[in-house]
Amino acid sequence: MDLNLTPSEQKFRDEFRAWLKENVPEEWAGGGTGSEDRAEYIEYLRAWQRRLYDGGWAGISWPKEFGGRGATLLEQAIFQEELARANAPQLVGTIGLSLVGPTIIALGTAEQKARYLPKILSGEEIWCQGFSEPNAGSDLAALGTKATRDGEGFVVNGQKIWTSFAQMADWCLLLVRTDSGAPKHKGLTCLLADMHAEGVGVRPLRQMSGDSGFNEVFFSNVRIGASQVLGEVDKGWTTAITALMNERANLGTGIQVVFKRQLEALVARSKTVERNGRPASEDPLVRQKLAQAYLELEILRLNTNRALTSLSKSGVPGAEGSIQKLYWSEMNQRTQQYAQEILGPYGQLKEFDRGVWEYAYLRTRGNTIEAGTSEIQRNIIAERVLGLPKSY
Amino acid sequence: MDFDLSKPQKLLKESARALLARECGAGRVRELMETETAHDDSLWRALAEQGWTGLVVPEGAGGLGLGLVEMAAVAEEMGRACLPGAFLSTLFAAALIERAGSEAQRAKYLEPIAAGELKATVALLEESASWDADAVKLEAARDGGGFTVRGRKLFVPDAGVADVIVCVARDGDALALLPIGRGAEGLRVNPMPSMDATRKLYEVVFDGVRAAEGDALGADGDAGGALQRALEVATAVLCAEMVGGMQWVLDTSVEYAKTRQQFGRPIGSFQAVQHMCADMLLMTESARSAAYYAAWALTENDPAARLAVSTAKAYCSDAYREVANRGVQVHGGIGFTWEHDLQLYYKRSKSSETLFGDATYHRERIARLVVD
Repeated sequence: MDLNLTPSEQKFRDEFRAWLKENVPEEWAGGGTGSEDRAEYIEYLRAWQRRLYDGGWAGISWPKEFGGRGATLLEQAIFQEELARANAPQLVGTIGLSLVGPTIIALGTAEQKARYLPKILSGEEIWCQGFSEPNAGSDLAALGTKATRDGEGFVVNGQKIWTSFAQMADWCLLLVRTDSGAPKHKGLTCLLADMHAEGVGVRPLRQMSGDSGFNEVFFSNVRIGASQVLGEVDKGWTTAITALMNERANLGTGIQVVFKRQLEALVARSKTVERNGRPASEDPLVRQKLAQAYLELEILRLNTNRALTSLSKSGVPGAEGSIQKLYWSEMNQRTQQYAQEILGPYGQLKEFDRGVWEYAYLRTRGNTIEAGTSEIQRNIIAERVLGLPKSY
Repeated sequence: MDFDLSKPQKLLKESARALLARECGAGRVRELMETETAHDDSLWRALAEQGWTGLVVPEGAGGLGLGLVEMAAVAEEMGRACLPGAFLSTLFAAALIERAGSEAQRAKYLEPIAAGELKATVALLEESASWDADAVKLEAARDGGGFTVRGRKLFVPDAGVADVIVCVARDGDALALLPIGRGAEGLRVNPMPSMDATRKLYEVVFDGVRAAEGDALGADGDAGGALQRALEVATAVLCAEMVGGMQWVLDTSVEYAKTRQQFGRPIGSFQAVQHMCADMLLMTESARSAAYYAAWALTENDPAARLAVSTAKAYCSDAYREVANRGVQVHGGIGFTWEHDLQLYYKRSKSSETLFGDATYHRERIARLVVD
């Protein structure tokens, strides 16, 4: 065990730290940072990803031949820690970078790699992921969006839901049913769908937080060519699992950026709001909660580093991702509840700290549902890690 | 960065598990907890023969001079076996003597400790049951080149079997660290029967016990600092021990859930049971991350070590109790019986929770470092 960075990891860190010092943009001064649907904020984030790309810092985990840096998993963790340290903005093309790109690298054709990967890196094309449907959430393989053969290609009809980034996406990693006669996990196919094609409709879903991070996406006689199949026809479940493993293999390293900043802001706030006639930060109960939030976040960092070590030795994303997802999503909800307790009625105000606390409390509620509910993650842990019998 | 045990560390851990399975099975633990001290000479010798009593004692003082990560790996297995007796107490005392003792004092105590010939403990808590050095009131009254101690210490682990009790007493604004030998005049040790019978607690009464000035551990004038650092070492090792206990409870509960049948199928196929097990895994692994990080940070003299130790103990205190709690729930009625070994771990989780400060205590320490 050696938690010190190796000389090459240190070099990587120093190099990136120096680059960040020169390149991190001014903090976003517009509306709440969660307002992902606001065009200006999106442009701000796109420009940031473009700057990372130009500096050679986008998609660092990707192999060099596809425009990445071939960074090790641990370098990826360092990358995220440095972003946090530098108070850098979040990455807008995250679905393309962490989920679609690696899946195309793993399963795509040479043409697909050449066509899509560079624009994912540069942030020029934004991707969304069309998996969930109104009747296929946790039971994803029950999905009903149909792609029927039409000459060489397909005609797609159906509806997706909870699609993040669809309102700004250029492309969609779309999971459809190509063989209705087969058992539910067979007969699925993964398509690379043009979101600007005729017959694609996007309707933002307004969340309880007031913004629209998710969408409904409607496909009405959308024609998709045969060259757009990712992986094999009727083997789309394999492609989807590869994508989901990559999503969870991300291990929440990126999200720690946001958590660290929120906690620092909360600690600072606890010194200005009052409780029982003195700064909240002097109240024993408040101190307990701040410390609990700190230690849980610190353990998230440590769990991540252990999972990264294990992943880089085994090479295969396993259930680590489920453990991480379960941990951070529930931690985040607890922390935002602490924030509400500490801030009292201020925490609910839309203009106090530009509404970040009100927004975060509401947005966080979705964390244990999106990208696999806590219940599904616990099922995965019980079955794949602990070897308990299947429950359904 | 490599956040995993190295090959030699893994081998050490495996050999510890094998030895403890042989020498300290649940039957042996139960026999010892019925005794007055929970100590067993032959078991102690077996630990000493492995070098464990001197594992972190410097080589110059007869130990193996290994780091706290190696110690944590062995301690994890000790926790898994619910090892009874004075190992942790002796480790705490040795850590204190190493940091506060003169060269002669280190030779005097650490060599026999490493050799397994001396058991020791630290008498710190008083009526306030506080782990803060500021709470020490027991006075070491100076008189003619020495100290006289009159009063009592409480919750002193393993005092009934310790050959030396390091008494933490008040010397004006400073602390005096006084090693008192077993059988010293005026020293009385009375059992404080408590929930966890594998780790015996005692009241230690000092009825005019004398210590020569030269016997006090000098600590270069900073007894408080030495005590703090020794406490951090012992706390990190305890956390690793707690992780081992959690792992036993998790493994045992999962095994039971796979075999116990109700409604015609294993109870482990029910999500209500599965989800408890998944949470137990999450807590055990998180505790493991925190405990080994603390051990590593202390070994490396990392500036974040103090924070790492409090993070680990705050988390492990809550997590072990909760894991043991759910383990009993998964087992149902059998888990509540005296006959089932879960009770050993359920009780150990409670005694470990408070030892060296509970979660509330350590969260306040964290707050001082990250809020103030």
